[in-house]
Amino acid sequence: MVDRIKNATPHMTRNEDLIFERSTPGKTGAELPPLDVPARPPERTLGDFYRSDIEGFPEISELDVMRHFTRLSTWNYSIDAGVYPLGSCTMKYNPRLNETVARFAGLGTDHPYTPEHLSQGCLKVLADTQRALLEITGMDAISLQPAAGAQGELTGLLLIRACLRERGDARRYILVPDSAHGTNPASVTISGYEALPLKSDSRGCVDLAELERLMTGEVAGLMLTNPNTLGIFEQDIERVCDIVHAKGGLVYMDGANMNALVGVARPGRFGVDVMHLNLHKTFSTPHGGGGPGSGPVAVKRLLEPYLPTPTVEEQPDGSVRLNYDRPRSVGRVRAFYGNFGMAVRALAYILAYGPAGLRQATEDAVLNANYVKERIRDCYDLPYDAPSMHECVFSDRRQETRGVRTGDIAKRLIDYGFHPYTTSFPLIVHGALMIEPTESAGKPELDALIDALRSIAQEAEEDPALVQKAPHTTRVSRLDEVGAARKPILRWKPASG
Amino acid sequence: MRYLPNSDSDRAAMIEAIGKKSVDELFDQIPADLRLRDRLNLPGPLSEPELLEFFEQASRESARDYVSLLGAGAYAHYRPVVIDALILRGEFLTSYTPYQAEISQGNLQAMFEFQTLIAQLTGMDVANSSLYDGSTATNEAVLMAMRLTHRDRVVVARTVHPEYRQVIATYVQHQGVEVVETPYAPSGQIDLAALEAAVDDQTATVVVQSPNFFGALENWAAVAEAVHKCGALLVSVITEPLSLALVRPPIEADIICGEAQSFGVPVAFGGPYVGFLATRERFIRQMPGRLVGETKDSQGRRGYCLTLATREQHIRREKATSNICTSQSLMALNATIYMCLLGKSGIRALAEQNLAKACYAADELGKVPGAAIPFRAPHFNEFVVKAPGDCGELLAALREEKIIGGLPLERFYPELKDHILVCVTEMVSRRALDRTIEVWHRFSRPVTEKVADAAAVG
Repeated sequence: MVDRIKNATPHMTRNEDLIFERSTPGKTGAELPPLDVPARPPERTLGDFYRSDIEGFPEISELDVMRHFTRLSTWNYSIDAGVYPLGSCTMKYNPRLNETVARFAGLGTDHPYTPEHLSQGCLKVLADTQRALLEITGMDAISLQPAAGAQGELTGLLLIRACLRERGDARRYILVPDSAHGTNPASVTISGYEALPLKSDSRGCVDLAELERLMTGEVAGLMLTNPNTLGIFEQDIERVCDIVHAKGGLVYMDGANMNALVGVARPGRFGVDVMHLNLHKTFSTPHGGGGPGSGPVAVKRLLEPYLPTPTVEEQPDGSVRLNYDRPRSVGRVRAFYGNFGMAVRALAYILAYGPAGLRQATEDAVLNANYVKERIRDCYDLPYDAPSMHECVFSDRRQETRGVRTGDIAKRLIDYGFHPYTTSFPLIVHGALMIEPTESAGKPELDALIDALRSIAQEAEEDPALVQKAPHTTRVSRLDEVGAARKPILRWKPASG
Repeated sequence: MRYLPNSDSDRAAMIEAIGKKSVDELFDQIPADLRLRDRLNLPGPLSEPELLEFFEQASRESARDYVSLLGAGAYAHYRPVVIDALILRGEFLTSYTPYQAEISQGNLQAMFEFQTLIAQLTGMDVANSSLYDGSTATNEAVLMAMRLTHRDRVVVARTVHPEYRQVIATYVQHQGVEVVETPYAPSGQIDLAALEAAVDDQTATVVVQSPNFFGALENWAAVAEAVHKCGALLVSVITEPLSLALVRPPIEADIICGEAQSFGVPVAFGGPYVGFLATRERFIRQMPGRLVGETKDSQGRRGYCLTLATREQHIRREKATSNICTSQSLMALNATIYMCLLGKSGIRALAEQNLAKACYAADELGKVPGAAIPFRAPHFNEFVVKAPGDCGELLAALREEKIIGGLPLERFYPELKDHILVCVTEMVSRRALDRTIEVWHRFSRPVTEKVADAAAVG
């Protein structure tokens, strides 16, 4: 089988202990300039508060630190190294220029409490980012404060709550489709609502009859991802919004899949009242191994009064100010103004592409997903055969008959030199393979990915154990996750202790 | 477009392969009246030099030429160049959350090291692998304490960062939770008598920060006694964790949370930062956020994986301990590298410099006629000083000298008119401090003369 693997070959990887196991007393990796004020013996200055030692803290030279983390880095897969077809995660190229400009003096160094007239550069970046995101979404007002998508969801729900409460009744439930990301129901709970599951219809979309039935005066609104997690555009979106609005509810759109819409369609036109964006998905800010993210929340005029405090507002003279005087606001969801650095990077991304480029990126993302889908559909079961937007979702039903599950196929993909797709999500698909190539995969790489997926389907028929025990080429094989959870070891401790 | 890898001929071949006539057909599924007819009204495309110039313009309109004495939850410390050399490696920068452990061991081991470093620093048993920031970490600690105690009353010291308190208020407002704020004593520390009166058997948690928002160090033993007496949990908030290199950690606490931005993460106008949360072993199943655990692979080799995921939203959905999905891995890596570089001796030496400089500044500013140091509790690198006159005018005079002289506290504490929160890290030179002190003296002269004149007239 190995001759089918063309995209990857085994590679030297160095072993590397924990940093604590590299420590030797007396070493340091940082030296300070001499102190230029009189020294203060800390024991005397701090008295009872004094601490004499940080037990176990490492002692390492700069070179040791450099080698340690460089070696660790080589154990990671990354976008820079190859295609990352993780459905719903939108792993697109992270332009390096964005890292450079985010580190410019002022943008990387201004303190959040700098007087406003001295931090106009930072404030204008926030205002420009807001204006661009509003143009892209077609919404009326926005807050960049939420730190990530899930916090954006929560913020959006709090806005709905505040609005309905002013109308007299905040209501009790939020409808959440069974295809939704897990953060949706979790955010509903934190916002003080109860999640009411909404079944999808046979197309994988919102079941209008079911929505009519469940949408009562007790329901505050609906959380809807569009395109949904199957990568299908909810064609009835206007009707969906009408049904919810007719019963006095509001519609929240999860913008996680906005990469399928930028420059093509604007949620503001769909009838949704509030949505969030993931700057770390659609707008290319780096995932960095799991964050930072950024989850701006955009709203229609109706919800503007409730946006988190402060809002960033452009003045007629061109200056930008922070407005803290917002008595109807839901309050603050994060200290300062959110992940400012992510706004810098997102703005750089938008400006680099321009309007035609953004549309081209969307077209490429959708074309890539459809291309992969068409080229592997004879090998994998496609439970919802509707036109796809930016991602496609297969099922492992056929391979399961040979004992091979989606997680196994995903692990085997690693041997072929690719990061796995998203496994087992959305939950409405049995053994889901959720594939989102994004626009950052060229045809030759897509062809290699397609070849790999086809080859694995064949392996599942011919030699299921090969797939079940994958990966075979990584520095560690499958890890004992059950053992890790049963008796958690969450930190290093010295051998003697 | 330079970021897109497909050529027009690639696109044409792909469109043909899927049996379509044009890429537009792929968008037919969107109802026609919902499709955008015009181009987005946005500037660009901009080339690389144009983008550099665009952001250089923003950089010019910043406080980049100013010396800053601002702290208040965001601390400017020197960032060794090694940090960016490492965190800009694509393998760290452009990787995803390490759900696929076999090809994420680098991130996982680094996160395990972060958890260990935070546990060592705080004196707790375990720490998670990061949360959004200090304010949300504090809120998560409150929610965790409520889950653990099944109580719904929260007591928060008024000396906890005001914006952290606002975040807590936002999160708990719809949970039927009562939030009570307790005052500070003349020392600048929490008023213990008021605290004892505020805590009752319905209190889930008491939230106390140290160094607190005024820079004052709290007496943890006394605070913990008052809290634990009623069966409540103590949440200790740390916004300047460098202090823990010299200051005894709040080992009496049940949860220690806060902000690790201080560890070499750029100040960057408020974010991205990195929250942390540490606690005792027995509470781990109620912890929010990702956790990395040590385990073995099928051949017995040591490895790391995300663990205890049954707490999290992607498994538990509406019953999860928290709705958080994204963490702050890259910033946690930044902080990890920073802590490793400084190490046991370096971090102490740095903390000693911060302490010495802040003491020097506090002593000298306290000597300015008409100025006063109102709070006498020991501090680390931050303290409050009362201006000899209108603090707005004083700060304006300092700005004339390219100095941002600190945070006027009246904004958050109306009773502290003309009080300024001053932070002095190793980044502020003696020369800049002496210039600051000189401006204070110059500013004080006419004020004290005026007072003297008034006295003479009277």
